Amino acid sequence: MYKIAVMGDRDSIYGFAAVGLTPFPITDTEEAAAKLKSLVDADYAVIYITEELAGRIQKEIEHFSDRELPAIILIPGVYGNTGKGIEAVKRSVERAVGSDIIFGDD
Amino acid sequence: MAKAQVNPTRMELTRLKNKLKTARRGHKLLKDKRDELMRQFLILVRENKELREKVEKGIEDCNRNFVMARAGMSAEALNVALMSPKQEVYLEASTKNVMSVEIPEFTYKTRTSDTNDIYSYGFAFTSADLDSAVKSIADLLPDMLLLAEREKSCQLMAAEIEKTRRRVNALEHVMIPETEESIKYIKMKLDENERSSQIRLMKVKDMMLEAAHKYDERPDGQNAHRIEIITGAEEE
Repeated sequence: MYKIAVMGDRDSIYGFAAVGLTPFPITDTEEAAAKLKSLVDADYAVIYITEELAGRIQKEIEHFSDRELPAIILIPGVYGNTGKGIEAVKRSVERAVGSDIIFGDD
Repeated sequence: MAKAQVNPTRMELTRLKNKLKTARRGHKLLKDKRDELMRQFLILVRENKELREKVEKGIEDCNRNFVMARAGMSAEALNVALMSPKQEVYLEASTKNVMSVEIPEFTYKTRTSDTNDIYSYGFAFTSADLDSAVKSIADLLPDMLLLAEREKSCQLMAAEIEKTRRRVNALEHVMIPETEESIKYIKMKLDENERSSQIRLMKVKDMMLEAAHKYDERPDGQNAHRIEIITGAEEE
């Protein structure tokens, strides 16, 4: 039985606690990297993380991207959409196809 | 020229021929795998993109609702209201095998199945905005989980496609040409050996005839016989 975690600044994530996700309010970069590591090894199948925070711990996230679990998914925070989430999808297209053929026409 | 040092022997030739056959077959299979993976990936990634747009929009709306809720209530009251959530999500993760890539499949159960019973607070001291905020985020949750599943699948498949493509290219541009080159080299070498041994035999035969019949010591007219033997052997 897995749980779902949400990481990010407090304002962006406390709403998710109401529907049963486990919130981890974090703004410090190093703390976030350490927390992510510990969450990956714990029983979390999905880790939602705000784009703003994810931008700062990109390397750690990529480190876990080839693992089957957990899925680390970027979500926009309360301060708006930075486009990082859609960029991650774009990157996986580029990785697979060699060039971006899905988002090119937008 | 063959880069790798190969022994020009028949055994090596047979080995290389088998290797080439295996490489060709592997190349074809991997190419098929890559094509099918790519097709599935493109379907999945389009779905992923649509879902992501939907979820991002949904989260934006939720955040707006929460901002409204926060504006209508004191921070303490809000904290207390959300302190002990009633709802809990249990996630079950299984895997599905798509072209040898294990992609996750999530099924989830919630603690309270009644969607109207998710509010972890009394209605007396909270604003109606909070209700709609919580409701909007609860409605979004299935899509968010679906997004997690799709996006992870896309990442895993992209990694696998990259790997497969590299293998296909390595076989196509390195392994197969090199093996072909080596086979050619061995064939040439073997042919060359055969020719040289043939010439050696002819030469030996010549010398033996010479020793037996002493052509050189005979008058000129009889030397013609010797030339005939040599040209005759070459035509064979």
